[in-house]
Amino acid sequence: MPAKKKESADSVASATRVTAGAVLPRLAVRKTYKLYIGGAFPRSESGRTYVVADSKGQFVANAAQASRKDARDAVLAARAAFGKWSGATAYNKGQVIYRVAEMLEGRRDEFAALEVPASEVDEAVDRLVWYAGWTDKLAQVVGGANPVAGPYFNISSPEPSGVVAVVAPSAPTLLGLVSVIAPAMATGNTVVVITDAPRVAITLAEVLATSDVPGGVVNILTGSAAEMAPWLASHSDVNGLDLTGLADAKLALELEQAAAETLKRVRRPAAVDWSADPGLAPMTAYLETKTVWHPKGI
Amino acid sequence: MSAFEYAPAPESRSIVKLQPSYGLFINGEFVDGAGSFKTISPASEEVLAEIAEASTADVDRAVKAARRAYTDVWGVMPGRERAKYLFRIARLIAERSRELAVLESLNNGKPIKESRDVDVPLAAAHFFYYAGWADKLPYAGFGADPRPLGVAGQVIPWNFPLLMLAWKIAPALAAGNTVVLKPAETTPLTALLFAEICQQAELPPGVVNIVTGAGETGAAVVNHPDVDKVAFTGSTEVGRIIARAVAGTNKKVTLELGGKAANIVFDDAAIDQAVEGIVTGIFFNQGHVCCAGSRLLVQESVADQLLESLKRRMATLRVGDPLDKNTDVGAINSAEQLSRIKALAEIGSAEGAERWSPACELPDRGFWFAPTIFTGVSQAHRIAREEIFGPVLSVLTFRTPGEAVEKANNTPYGLSAGVWSEKGSRILAIADQLRAGVVWANTFNKFDPASPFGGYKESGYGREGGRHGLEAYLAG
Amino acid sequence: MTATISPLSEVTRSDAALRTFLHGLPGVDRVGADARAAGLGTRSIKTTAKAWAIDLAIRMVDLTTLEGADTPGKVRALCAKARQPDPGDPSCPPVAAICVYPSMVPTAHEALRGSGIHLASVATAFPSGQAPLKVKLDDTRAAVAAGADEIDMVISRGAFLSGRYLEVFEEIVAIKEACGSAHLKVILETGELVTYDNVRRASWLAMLAGGDFIKTSTGKVAPAATLPVTLIMLEAVRDFLDTTGRKVGVKPAGGIRTTKDAIKYLVMVNEIAGDGWLDPDWFRFGASTLLNDLLMQRTKLATGHYSGPDYFTLD
Repeated sequence: MPAKKKESADSVASATRVTAGAVLPRLAVRKTYKLYIGGAFPRSESGRTYVVADSKGQFVANAAQASRKDARDAVLAARAAFGKWSGATAYNKGQVIYRVAEMLEGRRDEFAALEVPASEVDEAVDRLVWYAGWTDKLAQVVGGANPVAGPYFNISSPEPSGVVAVVAPSAPTLLGLVSVIAPAMATGNTVVVITDAPRVAITLAEVLATSDVPGGVVNILTGSAAEMAPWLASHSDVNGLDLTGLADAKLALELEQAAAETLKRVRRPAAVDWSADPGLAPMTAYLETKTVWHPKGI
Repeated sequence: MSAFEYAPAPESRSIVKLQPSYGLFINGEFVDGAGSFKTISPASEEVLAEIAEASTADVDRAVKAARRAYTDVWGVMPGRERAKYLFRIARLIAERSRELAVLESLNNGKPIKESRDVDVPLAAAHFFYYAGWADKLPYAGFGADPRPLGVAGQVIPWNFPLLMLAWKIAPALAAGNTVVLKPAETTPLTALLFAEICQQAELPPGVVNIVTGAGETGAAVVNHPDVDKVAFTGSTEVGRIIARAVAGTNKKVTLELGGKAANIVFDDAAIDQAVEGIVTGIFFNQGHVCCAGSRLLVQESVADQLLESLKRRMATLRVGDPLDKNTDVGAINSAEQLSRIKALAEIGSAEGAERWSPACELPDRGFWFAPTIFTGVSQAHRIAREEIFGPVLSVLTFRTPGEAVEKANNTPYGLSAGVWSEKGSRILAIADQLRAGVVWANTFNKFDPASPFGGYKESGYGREGGRHGLEAYLAG
Repeated sequence: MTATISPLSEVTRSDAALRTFLHGLPGVDRVGADARAAGLGTRSIKTTAKAWAIDLAIRMVDLTTLEGADTPGKVRALCAKARQPDPGDPSCPPVAAICVYPSMVPTAHEALRGSGIHLASVATAFPSGQAPLKVKLDDTRAAVAAGADEIDMVISRGAFLSGRYLEVFEEIVAIKEACGSAHLKVILETGELVTYDNVRRASWLAMLAGGDFIKTSTGKVAPAATLPVTLIMLEAVRDFLDTTGRKVGVKPAGGIRTTKDAIKYLVMVNEIAGDGWLDPDWFRFGASTLLNDLLMQRTKLATGHYSGPDYFTLD
């Protein structure tokens, strides 16, 4: 009798090679990891997929290989989502991000099956909780009233830059993704992320899709940064570019140069300890300070 | 012609002792540069002085001096001592304010009442404000032990020569950096007088270096490998070049670039003050203001009335001699800028917008452009999209608040915006929706050292002024 | 449209209509108005322009004495001064008017005979206005009968502040009628109205009711005339002319003591209402000590050296 155990897709797949005559175990349903754009999970418009192997080089899944047109669609989705997300109350944004933490906590096993260490899942959940709490505090920390020399009320408050394109770090996969997505979300930006870790990224997308995150707030493109990132870096409707996780210095230079054309806010590649306290920089990088003046008079 | 003709009331030039030539200010001394160029008064085209032009080698000398000063003196000096130098500079600017104002108006062409009442007092106030930060940096919110970056390379524009210098140098020095600053080619004189003030203040040599020259000198400053921080105020075109140039380096960058601000007037606005705000918004400093309210968006229901008031008000603007205390609109800063303004104004007419200027006599010599408005402008017109950087207002109308916001934000720029309404909740809602770094509600073109200034989108990044302004000069 | 019917005749039909109209006037942003007035205050008026402005200012003075201690002797002296402000310089013009309490009108009338100088009298239970309408009307009629050709009335600030606009309106209408051919200046007492929105509304109210001039203050309440308040009133007369075709004058009163101040007001008249108001028929200064400073500055311009108070008459 086949053991009635909970199997990962990989082990179920390997269990199908059994001797004739024995009772055949059921054939596993393989999952194709598709893209996450505008709250939906489309295939790449290019129709391309690529094979994802596990750490031993074994086939584990097909993943969509996003193209420049998918990148374009992701920016459109992110822009469409920006108005509502940036306009949501800080309390609401905090609730949504906390909900992501809750959902991630509930899906620990899935990430374990994707070879994400339990400690990394812990850190990812904790990081989400940390950012959830920032949404309604940041304006008080980085903004405030300015004592100008005149009869004016003058106040500065942070506002999101807009659409932020991110090249996610290759490792750690889950913590890396969460660490680049959450700060942008918490500040009211919408995000287009390029990642080469499709299984973790799209599983995270499933967490996001079931966590009250409005469609388009986070968009995930799986595939090659070298192929897609230049399109995002040169896209006029992208306001920020996060390259902290990008290892390829030459590509990073080209991207920063392309981003200069529309004066994008760029975070350069950096040696980041993803487990360390992130500080405010991941949030303030994509914040604009708006200062409003108004006369005071009777 | 009015019955009440104001007699000429020129501010005396005698307080300014112009030298025939000026050197570069490097390591606390004036030194010769590789070449030289002439600086003029745009109001008369009179040559004021010969100015040294800094070569790449000169810039290198300046950066080396700044590096030495940073390493040996300024970067290690206790904040409270730096503070006292800055307070000293603030006081000296105030004490020499009349001289600075006259020189600024001479070299820039702006009315003396503006240099006297706005530029120079604000420059002094900026040093005074940042002086106080120098010994309080751990409390500024950028970490417990924020460190200076090192040598700052700063390039500033010609529209507010001394004030932009203050915006750049005051926070840089307060944070413990040393600077190499390049003033604009057409307006070097107040920066050179500031260099004298640094000497008078006994600022250690090399803390402030002033290298005069044109674009190539600026590029040498920006591209110097030993510069840790680049700060630029100027056009978006040059901003792009700088952003590209520093790509892949470790240089921290802040850019304060162009704008095409919408000044939105609702039908319930305090009309007389709105008219003043429109006039201040576009004719202050001849419209040579990156945050100028160059697009008037007026609600259709009050458009005719408002325009009539605006035209009546414009007819009282006094255009002419910048040194006359009654001048409201001075000279255009350069022949080059004048031709750009003229070209865009001609495009405005060619595109079908209706052009109007009050009757005003312009001087024969110098660079002049009468205050001008274009009505019947639509979003598709180039004069509604491109920064003219002159006394030219494009008037558009809207019907609903939503349309106003949409039109206001429909630009790659995002530096400033204005809103005029007597309804508080509307003001706050519109201010929330405008994608601009400064929103003036029921006022316009107000500046203060404590108030952060800077843009969204292609108007640049980083903030100058206030606590926020320190961030550009500190490593957290 | 019939020319004889004011386009605004409907707005005074009822208290509600009047309130709707007055509250529908554009608001005034205090900070902006103050800044505009201060900006005009930086105009630098020199040499020929200054000489012209000083003579105009002298011609615009309502030389005023409104003291409990006033006597016929004091008023006669003031009238002599009005005729010939600078006895040492016959080129010095006379002032616009003498302004006195009603009891002093007969004396002043006599003293000003043949001079062409107007005789203004405060009336309507000046300065508080706290008297029954009948008393105010009698006060007015008596002053006119005694020879006043200008009446400076005060509005009922209490009624205005409690929103009884029609009551204020009707009172002005009644006083105007009692004036007969005498010109009516309506004192708003802006120091008690406090807000610029109120100043603008009261200005329109007074003009709608037929006032020939709107005047800032009694001089008995601080603050009296200020540049920004006068700015609001100049905007009001300018806009009222545009709307109705009727021109109304403006008189700041109280606290204007120096030539420098007076010239600031004239600059404001010039640039806000326009030079059509640069005339004693349309702009006055309610003042007493101002005149001697104007005379001193006039002498300084003429002689090239500074003068002193002992060289000008104290009346």
